[in-house]
Amino acid sequence: MNRLRLIWRKSLNVFALTLTGVAALAVVSILFLILGYLIYNGGKSLSWDFFTKLPKPVGETGGGMANAIVGSLKLLFLAAVMGVPVGLMAGVYLAEFGGKTFSFVIRYTTDLLNGVPSIVIGIFAYSLAVMPVKHFSALAGGLALGIMVIPITVRSTEQFLRSVPGALREGAMALGASKWKTVATVILPAAKGGIITGVLLALARVAGETAPLLFTAFGNRFWSPGLSQPISSLPVMIYTYAIAPYDDWHRQAWAAGLVLLGLVLVANVGTRLALSRGGSARSV
Amino acid sequence: MISVSQGGGSTAARLAPQVRINETSPTNSEREAPLRFQISDLNFFYGPKQAVFGLNLKIPKNRVTALIGPSGCGKSTFLRTLNRMNETVRNTRFDGQILLDGQDIREMDVVGLRRRVGMVFQRPNPFPKSIYDNVAYGLRINGYKGRLDDLVEHSLHRAALWEEVKDFLHKSAFALSGGQQQRLCIARALAVDPEVLLLDEPCSALDPVTTAKIEELMFQLKDSCTMVIVTHNMQQAARASDFTAFMLDGKLIEHNETPKLFTTPTDPRTEAYITGRFG
Repeated sequence: MNRLRLIWRKSLNVFALTLTGVAALAVVSILFLILGYLIYNGGKSLSWDFFTKLPKPVGETGGGMANAIVGSLKLLFLAAVMGVPVGLMAGVYLAEFGGKTFSFVIRYTTDLLNGVPSIVIGIFAYSLAVMPVKHFSALAGGLALGIMVIPITVRSTEQFLRSVPGALREGAMALGASKWKTVATVILPAAKGGIITGVLLALARVAGETAPLLFTAFGNRFWSPGLSQPISSLPVMIYTYAIAPYDDWHRQAWAAGLVLLGLVLVANVGTRLALSRGGSARSV
Repeated sequence: MISVSQGGGSTAARLAPQVRINETSPTNSEREAPLRFQISDLNFFYGPKQAVFGLNLKIPKNRVTALIGPSGCGKSTFLRTLNRMNETVRNTRFDGQILLDGQDIREMDVVGLRRRVGMVFQRPNPFPKSIYDNVAYGLRINGYKGRLDDLVEHSLHRAALWEEVKDFLHKSAFALSGGQQQRLCIARALAVDPEVLLLDEPCSALDPVTTAKIEELMFQLKDSCTMVIVTHNMQQAARASDFTAFMLDGKLIEHNETPKLFTTPTDPRTEAYITGRFG
């Protein structure tokens, strides 16, 4: 009787362990499947030309996506300029100054904003920055991505500021520092590494967004000087090329996917590594 | 024992903040030293909960006053009212009067008050900056324009840390040991040359050897600084302080010269506490 129950219990244990283990393995293997498939298909089509040349006209093979790579970086820069200061300061407010009720409202709203479908944010940016001037632009695309950066930056900034030990706040204030001086000279520097990581991860998140760019940045087969013209980006190029009926374009779409994933992974892994090297606030 | 005899004196002092109240009374030697702090009828509240009840205490200049009592008796709360640190906690208030050199601390600018009344905390809390920047912090935020190097060195000397750190001033403060960090925090507080140093159980996270160093340091600082120390360690209070105040349940039970309080306590509760029958 006892022996039977022991066997039952042990096999149940093995069964549960296997199940969770397989699920965990599935998570990892999905990433590596995507990565492997991309490297296989994209790697074949990737060439130096891809990074240096403009897209060829329809019907000609070859060419590259230099304008889309630069365009994506430009859009991300605009997104950072527009979204990061707002998100950063709101995060500081939440962590250091906010009262109970108002903070709750802001936090809740931020989470809601984070959950707004990206295409809706695209429509918003469209009506705000495209309709009035009647043309697509890099600015409109940057605005759409910038809005998406805000909620992620707010929450990560708040979390990293909260992880700074309260003893540091007291220490600075006991020396006669005002609240904002404490934040500016002790708390923010202490959380610097984490905050920068949060911002970079937010940018890496929106780097792959396609939907909000479709009708804001639109796309461009040529270089886009300045900020007020339609601009090409890697995700939109992938979308355009992948649904086109040409084999050469499919090839290039794979290559673009690989480059995009590479950029995001480098940013992601790089910042995480930098963070674990002790850039974050040390708990005393 | 602690009668409020300040009526005219405090008004005069308020008009001329730098006047030190200089009372003399042959019956109580604490009155022979000029007073730094004079606390009368202090009640302190965390929201609806009262933590300090009608506390009267005089803290003489350039002496060490120890606050002892069981956990939760309000001694830390009381200490933190002296530089208005409790204001950083929501929903707190106090009534009564606290005079620093005859001036009501509530009428003072809080930044100025905290510059004059420094604080050292239970656990060392150096900023994540270099040793040098830690000491210079208080000077910089107060807009000090003179030569920082000299003052940083002087402060580290005063905290008996200079010899140990002089060769790596620009290394992170976290590289120091716990005891060194605590002395760094003392140096940081001393850099702005405070008249009073509040020490909230400064040795509770330190080993006995380091504790001895800090006590030695307190002894040396007495010439230039008034100190109020909260401690759970009665041997420490007996060794390092000139006056001891015993608190219980938010009330001041007894206050006297340290040797007297420890040898001939007048209140049975004090005797019970210092002989270890409770707390």
